[in-house]
Amino acid sequence: MSSTLLRTTPALRTALGASGAVRRAGAMASTSFVRGKATLPELSYDYGALEPHISGKIMELHHAKHHQTYVNGLNSALQTIAEAESKGDFTKAATVAPLLNFHGGGHINHSLFWENLAPASRDGGGQPDGALKKAIDSDFGSFDTFRSQMNTALAGIQGSGWAWLVKDKASGTLGLVTRANQDPVSGPCVPLLGIDAWEHAYYLQYQNRKAEYFDAIWNVVNWKTVATRFEKA
Amino acid sequence: MVNIGNLWQYLALQSPLQSMSGDHLNHTHTKMAVTAYALPTLAFAYDALEPHISAQIMELHHGKHHQAYVTNLNKALASHATAAAAHDIAGQIALQQTIKFNGGGHINHSLFWKNLAPAGSDDARPDAAAGLVAAIEKTWESLDGFKRAFSAALLGIQGSGWGWLVRDGDPGGGGGLRIVTTKDQDPVVGGDVPVFAVDMWEHAYYLQYLNGKAAYVENIWNVVNWKTAGERYLGTSKGRVKPETR
Ligand SMILES: [Fe+2]
Ligand SMILES: [Fe+2]
Repeated sequence: MSSTLLRTTPALRTALGASGAVRRAGAMASTSFVRGKATLPELSYDYGALEPHISGKIMELHHAKHHQTYVNGLNSALQTIAEAESKGDFTKAATVAPLLNFHGGGHINHSLFWENLAPASRDGGGQPDGALKKAIDSDFGSFDTFRSQMNTALAGIQGSGWAWLVKDKASGTLGLVTRANQDPVSGPCVPLLGIDAWEHAYYLQYQNRKAEYFDAIWNVVNWKTVATRFEKA
Repeated sequence: MVNIGNLWQYLALQSPLQSMSGDHLNHTHTKMAVTAYALPTLAFAYDALEPHISAQIMELHHGKHHQAYVTNLNKALASHATAAAAHDIAGQIALQQTIKFNGGGHINHSLFWKNLAPAGSDDARPDAAAGLVAAIEKTWESLDGFKRAFSAALLGIQGSGWGWLVRDGDPGGGGGLRIVTTKDQDPVVGGDVPVFAVDMWEHAYYLQYLNGKAAYVENIWNVVNWKTAGERYLGTSKGRVKPETR
């Protein structure tokens, strides 16, 4: 994998600007709501920090454009529902449910995703240790088996969607689930690690070779975040 | 040995609304009694749709994405034939979703290529489909009104999928036009006849339009093959791809 795989067009370079915006390191991204409004979380690393595994251009578009669109769509759905509610128009409120699920799910999923990535030079890559490692070994057999099962799940998604490592709250065991489009993980499953299998997550760099993206992303998985989520779940 | 000789028939059997005529059952039986589908050749060069759809997109879309659907469809159909020969019903059922996804991908892209034409060509002019345009104007008041409604449907798709203009093909159904969307690679089967299709998977536009899918939707009207659409509407082309076999 190398950044030479990236093919850019003049239009793309223009759209992204010469340098690419720099996101200052800050608090960990979170699903933050300010006065009832969802906002785009800041990343704790620069757009280019995940290269060569995920290009800076992908990261910038993915965060600043795609995620922002989900944030806007979520706020708009919430506003429509609030207005409908204030008029007692519950039919109207109910018809917004698919938009709420799609944009709300998109906001939640991407917020979790940014947090479970980190530069390979910092916390990204490698393997989990401690209690998380024990749980993976016990529930999947080994880390390698887990990783290959997750890659198989990702490759098997027919259309847009996500694959997640989850913890079942009731049994405490780990498992893999996939979700279509932006459907969020809910119910008894707590999401620990999500991988975005939408084409926008990899197309500019990997085009149709999505298996290469699914292999490369393990170099930038932040196991510290996954372990923290595991312990809290 | 059960022969899944025709993909259309197979997929239509998944739908309770199927009404199939025999004239699209144009395929070659091999000695193995399993039809192998092949990537159709395009009627135009990869760069012929520029600047609206780039050559790089067309090359990947046809040469890689569509090819993968064909390859995986053939694999699944071969496995299905083996399972059928072994009277393995569970094995056949287990393959249905794979056949639907890849078979749908093959059908949808085959229809899509044929309903595209270079901008400015005679085929890309709405007056190449006078009968269809008259029916569109009757339903949506104007061609522009239809384009607005169709574009809104395309932009409303959540995730991967397709937008379609379809004609009601059920006997006695009136032949009315409707806009429908399908998710992922779900094809239009059953009573509806596809008139034209627009691919809304991100791979269809991302290298050129990035997250700006509204611009892709706006520009695709320049490369719609109205002649093909008009023929599918009138039934002079079946509107059903005759899958090419090898
Ligand atoms: Fe995404
Ligand atoms: Fe496609």
